[in-house]
Amino acid sequence: MRAALLRGTCLVVALYLLAVSASYAVIETYQFSNTELEQRYKVLSAQLRCPKCQNQNIADSNAPIAQDLRKLLYKQLEGGSSDEEVLEYMVLRYGEFVRYKPRYSGPTMILWLMPGILLLGALVILLVVLKGNRRKQQSISSEEQEQLDALFSATASDSKDTPPGENTL
Amino acid sequence: MSRLKLFLPLLLFVVLALLLMRGLQLDPREMPSALIDKPLPQFQLRQLGTDKIVQRDDVIGKVTLFNVWATWCVSCRMEHPYLQKLADQGIPIVGINYKDETFAAMKWLRNLGNPYRLNLEDLEGTLGLDMGVFGAPETYLVDAQGIIRYRHVGEINDRVWFGLLSPVYQDLISKSGTP
Repeated sequence: MRAALLRGTCLVVALYLLAVSASYAVIETYQFSNTELEQRYKVLSAQLRCPKCQNQNIADSNAPIAQDLRKLLYKQLEGGSSDEEVLEYMVLRYGEFVRYKPRYSGPTMILWLMPGILLLGALVILLVVLKGNRRKQQSISSEEQEQLDALFSATASDSKDTPPGENTL
Repeated sequence: MSRLKLFLPLLLFVVLALLLMRGLQLDPREMPSALIDKPLPQFQLRQLGTDKIVQRDDVIGKVTLFNVWATWCVSCRMEHPYLQKLADQGIPIVGINYKDETFAAMKWLRNLGNPYRLNLEDLEGTLGLDMGVFGAPETYLVDAQGIIRYRHVGEINDRVWFGLLSPVYQDLISKSGTP
């Protein structure tokens, strides 16, 4: 009976602590008028980079500027801006830098094309190496082949006289 | 030829090392502002310590430094005497008091001196947002036509002023023709 009570208390305390830690983790919450906006908010705040703490998106950062940008994002989404308009607004002020997913144009083209170029390059190198290997295998002339055959037949006849395992070549 | 091939990994290593070394010397905070060669954004803000509303047109017309500062910003305190020195040389500086408390800002200016022609009270950081400010101190060089020509992130000191800002400032002065 007492053990059960103790176990119950422990469970309640553990659940309480869990709940508390979760509430600390949330930076701030916004009430969206519909779930579609909330979904877009999540996607966009994960795609926008915090200008101050450069390796975080604004959803993860608690820097003041990230808070401001989240607030702005919320206002713009509630105000009916499209995703493109929001991103355009941010880029105008903070530069292309602010997008974790840069647009497909101008100097950012290299970012998009580089993986393909590298893959193609690797394929070309692979083909060249393979071809080189094959040429090496085929590069035995008929004269060399005759020499090789002679050597083989010589060992075959020699092997009768020599003990097994001894290398006569 | 095959001998030379043996040096390929070494060559790759040297190239990589050089690139990484260069990376160590770069400051990732030094990003080009998106507003370079763009006009200073429009704004309507209260002048600090008064009830006067100041607009963009009130603060342009001369080559001017726009200095973003706040009392919560430690580097701003370090920078303050240097700004005073620049102001004493007659360089016009407009302050953008960024997300600060009015009372604390007024006290700061009273105690430490006021290098600013005037201060804009950017309580909500709206002008800061339009200018792409992400912290303090930041300093913008704006030409006589109100076009942003240079942005420096961080404190201004002798090295920054003579190395980066002053050359641009002198260039802008000579272009605009007015001191």
